Amino acid sequence: MPMEIFDLTIHELRDKLESKEVSSVEATRAMLARIEATDPKIRSFITVTPEQALLDAEAADRCIADGKAGTLTGIPLALKDIFLTEGIRTTCGSRMLHNFIPPYSATSWEKLKEQGAVLLGKLNQDEFAMGSSNESSCFGPSRNPWNTECIPGGSSGGSAAAVAARQATATLGTDTGGSIRQPASHCGCVGLKPTYGRVSRYGVIAYASSLDQVGPLTRDVTDCAIMLGAIAGHDPKDSTSVDTPVPDYRAALTGNIKGLRIGLPKEYFIEGLDPDVQKAMAQAIETYRNLGADFVDISLPHTDYAVATYYLIATAEASSNLARYDGVRFGHRSPQSEGLIDMMTKSRSEGFGLEVKRRIMIGTYALSSGYYDAYYVKAQKVRTLILRDFIQAFEGVDVILTPVAPTPAFKIGEKINDPLQMYLSDIFTIPVNLAGTCAIALPAGFSTNGLPIGLQLIGKPFGEEAILRAAQAFEQATDWHNRQAEL
Amino acid sequence: MKLTVADVEHVARLARLELGEDEKNLFAGQMGAILGYVKKLNELNTDDILPTSHAVPMENAFRADQTWPSIGVDKALANAPKRVNSFYYVPKVIE
Repeated sequence: MPMEIFDLTIHELRDKLESKEVSSVEATRAMLARIEATDPKIRSFITVTPEQALLDAEAADRCIADGKAGTLTGIPLALKDIFLTEGIRTTCGSRMLHNFIPPYSATSWEKLKEQGAVLLGKLNQDEFAMGSSNESSCFGPSRNPWNTECIPGGSSGGSAAAVAARQATATLGTDTGGSIRQPASHCGCVGLKPTYGRVSRYGVIAYASSLDQVGPLTRDVTDCAIMLGAIAGHDPKDSTSVDTPVPDYRAALTGNIKGLRIGLPKEYFIEGLDPDVQKAMAQAIETYRNLGADFVDISLPHTDYAVATYYLIATAEASSNLARYDGVRFGHRSPQSEGLIDMMTKSRSEGFGLEVKRRIMIGTYALSSGYYDAYYVKAQKVRTLILRDFIQAFEGVDVILTPVAPTPAFKIGEKINDPLQMYLSDIFTIPVNLAGTCAIALPAGFSTNGLPIGLQLIGKPFGEEAILRAAQAFEQATDWHNRQAEL
Repeated sequence: MKLTVADVEHVARLARLELGEDEKNLFAGQMGAILGYVKKLNELNTDDILPTSHAVPMENAFRADQTWPSIGVDKALANAPKRVNSFYYVPKVIE
């Protein structure tokens, strides 16, 4: 069956654009038509920008005709609605910002734009990036393209669903406790969380500033390497971005992983892991053995404390970051109030959803007088122990292999009334954010009822090349990434 | 761990949030469960451990003391719920 334009990866579309088989305007029109046809079911998009997209595409076609095109020129992308886009409504999935038009753009988007990428629109997400299911969005949940009764994952649910539904060639998301990797796993695509500081956070609406990172969601590992190379690098506007050279990530995809030392942390391969996940992991280990990798049993002894640590640090940082939403300078302002404090209180109470309020409350409690040392500082100390676990483990291995989520995607509504249960399902992704290092999720199989299961490769800080290489080798030895959701 | 409605009201005041009676009761239960869960961190002895506020080793990122034009008043106030000249207009602050 001939491939549709919307089925093409970045690198495949690039070839067709260069050979003039397809123009960027044609490709963009194909994606916009695909979005119109499928989004009523999937609901990945909060804002579609057809006029701007076609203007971008026309400019890209001129650039291609002049022989000045780069890898991303003319490629139709979409961004999680957490990325500020100048002049284009940015909501972060919240009523609080339902009418917010940013006066500037995120650096990561600016970089993609400079390279001639086309913006299709802004993607649905859990409100203020708080969630693992996309259910807390004020616009309602996105749906998993593999089974629309199921969650796509979160908080970058729209970003993952859009890639899996072939509504965008690739997307950007953010990851604070797993919010790129978990939806990538649930939707059967590739998702990478770079090392903290690898990609600028300027213009990304902040949730937890010591944990947030920007990363790509793509159809395959090559695309992931392309996107990472395009957005990585020091940004003087983000003082937490690290000034270290950006390697050629695509060149790292040699396909050779003989002698690669892969660590298997016993704390991640527990009793009670979903049998389909267990099976996929066992098969993955077999595949890696056949590719010549060596396995080392390791321990990350403080894994069990990671969720508790995260839900103190992230909520505390969120309570501080979200203090700016007070109805004074932008966003929702309550129409009826008595006095300044009441205006702020009502604006916040009307603008924020339940999950956001819950996390602000927990964070405020943890930072309040009398509790600060017992909760927040204690969590930061345990963070040191978790970080040390990884430093020690990486002395003996090159990458670490784990599941991404304890189960495949659950049904919409299934966990919404038990927040603690929801939080506990982030157990495999959270430690990576606490340690500040990098990790990639990629397709590794399917459950008995057809839902994707991903595997995670964790790398050393600034070791994205090793995990990309290990990911691509696995991808080339399997066929999971070629399966497509029927829509 | 049990949180009372009064505890919830105190935290809500600090966070400038106004909660309905149902929400207060819901949060008393849920916050209690979550805060009870995180107490497991006390199983660990961290007496000699320094807190990590930043996973990647970094020092202060300074730049040269130079100025350049900012985005300007009109752009800055474009999202203002209520604007008067170059000011954000809010309810009276001082009685």
